[in-house]
Amino acid sequence: MAANNFRHALFCAIITLIISYPIIGFNLEAQGINVTLTGADATTITMVFLAAVIVFLFQLFREQVMGALRGIPSPFPEAKNEPMAENKRAKIESWVLTGIVVFALFWPFLVSRGSVDLATLVLIYIMLALGLNVVVGLAGLLDLGYVAFYAVGAYTFALLSQYLGISFWLALPIGALLAALFGLVLGFPVLRLRGDYLAIVTLGFGEIIRILLNNWTTLTGGPNGIGGIPDPTLFGMEFGRRVKEEGNTSFHETFGIAYSGEHKVIFLYLIALVLAVFTALVIRRFMRMPVGRAWEALREDEIAARSLGLSRTAVKLSAFTIGAFFAGFAGTVFASKQGFISPESFVFLESAIILAIVVLGGMGSQIGVVLAAIAVTILPELAREFSEYRMLIFGAAMVLMMVWRPQGLMPMRRIHIELKKQE
Amino acid sequence: MQDLLYFSQQLINGLTIGSTYALIAIGYTMVYGIIGMINFAHGEIYMIGAYTALIAITGLAALGLAWLPLILIVALLCAMIVSSSMGWAVERVAYRPVRGRHRLIPLISAIGMSIFLQNYVHLAQGSRNIGFPALIDGGFNFGSGDGFQMSLSYMQITIFITTLICMTALSLFISRSRTGRACRAVSQDLGMASLLGIDTNRIISATFVIGAALAAVAGLLLGMYYGSVDPLFGFIAGLKAFTAAVLGGIGSIPGAMLGGLILGVAESMTSGYLSGEYKDVISFSLLILILLFKPTGLLGKPEVEKI
Repeated sequence: MAANNFRHALFCAIITLIISYPIIGFNLEAQGINVTLTGADATTITMVFLAAVIVFLFQLFREQVMGALRGIPSPFPEAKNEPMAENKRAKIESWVLTGIVVFALFWPFLVSRGSVDLATLVLIYIMLALGLNVVVGLAGLLDLGYVAFYAVGAYTFALLSQYLGISFWLALPIGALLAALFGLVLGFPVLRLRGDYLAIVTLGFGEIIRILLNNWTTLTGGPNGIGGIPDPTLFGMEFGRRVKEEGNTSFHETFGIAYSGEHKVIFLYLIALVLAVFTALVIRRFMRMPVGRAWEALREDEIAARSLGLSRTAVKLSAFTIGAFFAGFAGTVFASKQGFISPESFVFLESAIILAIVVLGGMGSQIGVVLAAIAVTILPELAREFSEYRMLIFGAAMVLMMVWRPQGLMPMRRIHIELKKQE
Repeated sequence: MQDLLYFSQQLINGLTIGSTYALIAIGYTMVYGIIGMINFAHGEIYMIGAYTALIAITGLAALGLAWLPLILIVALLCAMIVSSSMGWAVERVAYRPVRGRHRLIPLISAIGMSIFLQNYVHLAQGSRNIGFPALIDGGFNFGSGDGFQMSLSYMQITIFITTLICMTALSLFISRSRTGRACRAVSQDLGMASLLGIDTNRIISATFVIGAALAAVAGLLLGMYYGSVDPLFGFIAGLKAFTAAVLGGIGSIPGAMLGGLILGVAESMTSGYLSGEYKDVISFSLLILILLFKPTGLLGKPEVEKI
C-alpha cells in the first residue's frame, strides 16, 4: 500500500511539473515578427518546483491530511441549539433588511464619488444576479448567454435615445420588456432541450447577439459603440451644468444649490438602489407564488412535476422571460451610467461572472446572491495588486465551490415544517 | 471555370479547417459518450497544446536545430505530453469529485476550469497574440495567371495527412486494442463494465488523455495555419468543435469526424460567398438548429430518458 501510495504521489508531482513548467517557466516574447524564448526568473522556477513538492507531499500523506482537516470544526456550525421559530426569524430578517436599505439610502452622501460609482455597478450586478438566480438557481436552467438580454436592454435605451430622443424613464420599461420578449422568443424553441444542451444553445445565442452588434455597423456603430446616452432626469430636472433639452430645468438651479458633479452620480446610485430593491421584492413574491414553487418542483424532478400536471414549457418559459426582463432592466441602468456602450461590455466572460456570483452565493438564495455580488465586485477593487489574478481566482473558486459546497455559501432556506419526533 | 476554381478553393479551405475541428471534436465526443458531460475546458487544452508547440519550436530553433521534420515531431510530442497531462489533471481535480452529481454541477465546474486555464496562460504568457512561425510554406497553384488562382499549400497537405494518420490510429486503437475495447464497453454501460472488472476510473482518465492529445495535434496544426496564438483562441475553436461533435451525433467518433468536415466547409463557404464576419454566426445557428430539430445529430443514437 505504502509503495503504491508513493508511486501515485510521485506521478502526481511529475504531472504537476509537466503542466506548469513549460507554460510558466518560459516566456515567449514577440519582437516584430520574430519570437524569442527566455527562461523565467529563478523565483518563478522555484515556485514551480515548490508546487510539485507540495503536491507530492499532499498525495503521499493524503489520508493523514484529510483526517486532520476533518478534525477542524467547520466555520459554519450547524445550528446547535433549537432553530429559531420560522416566524420569529422572518421578522428579524425583514427588520435587518429594512435597516440595510435605509442605510444604503443615506450612505452615498457620506462617501466619495468613486465609491458611489462603484456601488452603482455593484447594484447593477445585484440586479443581474437576482435575475439569473431565477433562471439558474430556481428553475435549474443553465443560461450561459444571459448577457445577451443585458445587451438588449442597454442597446434598446441607447438606440431609442439616439434615434427617437426617448428618455431614460420611458426606455426603462421598453428595454426590459424587449429583453423579456427576446427571452420568450428564444426560450420557446430551446426550452425542451436537456440541461447541458440548453446551456450551449444559450451560449451560442449570446455570441450571435454580440457578433451582430459588432457587425451591424449602420445601426449599432459596430465596435465603436454608441455614445452620448442621456442621463436620467428627475421630473424633468437635468443633472448637467447646462440644460440640454428644451423645456427641462436643471436640478441645481431649481433648488438653488451650487452645481456639483456628485448629484448625478448619487441620483444614478439611488435609481439603481430602488430598482435593485424592486427586483429583489418582485422575485421574492414570485418565489412564494405557485409559479415559483413550480420552478423549483421542475428543477428537482421534472418527471414527477409533469405527472402532477405542470406544463413544462410554460413554467420554464416564465422563468426564462422573467430573468431576461430583469437583465433588460439592469442593461438600461448600465447604459445610462456609462453614457457609452459597445459590444465589448457584453462578452461571454460577463455571463460567466454573473453565473459565478449566483453559484458562489448559493443557487436560489437571494441574500447569498446579493452578498456574492458585493464580494465579487468589490474585492478586486480593494486588492488592486491582485486584480490581474481576479479571473484566475474566479475560475478556481467556481471549481472549488462545485467540489466542496455546491449549494453555495448561503444556501437557500425553504420555509418548511418539521415533524416533531415522538418522545 | 473561374467559379469552379473559386468553389474548390473554398472547399479545400473548409476541409482543412474542418479536419482540425474534427480532431478537437473527438475529445468532446469521447468524454460525452462515456460520462455524459460537456468538457467545457477542452478548448483551453487545445490552446495550451498550441502554446507548448510554439514554445518547443522556438526553443529548438534557439538551440540551433534546423532539420524541419525533427523540429515538428519534437514539438508535436511536447504538445501532446503537456496537453495530455493537463487533460488528466483537469479530470482529476475538477471532474472526478463531482461525477454523478446533478447534471449542471460538472458543467459549472468545467466552465470554472476553462476560465482558470485561460487566465493561467494569460498570466504566464501575456494576452497579446504571438506570431507562429510559418515553417511550411509554398504550395501548388492552379488556374491561369490572369484570373483567380486556386492554391493548395503544403501546410494544407500536411494538415490533411496528419489528421488522416491520427484518425486512422484512433480508429485502430478503439477497435483493436484492449483499452479501446474497454472504452467502448464503458461508454455502453459504465456500471456493467465496472462489474465485469474494468477499471472505469482508468478508462475515463484515458479518454481525457486521448482527447487532449488529439487536441494538441490540432493546436500545433491550426497555430501554424493561422500564424498566431493567443490565450483566448481556444474558446471559439472549442465551441466550433463542440458544434461539430453535436452535428455528427455526440458520442459517436465517426460522427465527430463527419461533423467537423461539414462544419468547416459550411464556414468557409459562408466567408467565401457571403461575408467573413458572419461565419461564426453560421456555425452557432447551425448548432442551434441541429439541437432543435435533430438533437441526436447525423450519426448519433437516440437517447432514451429513463425514470
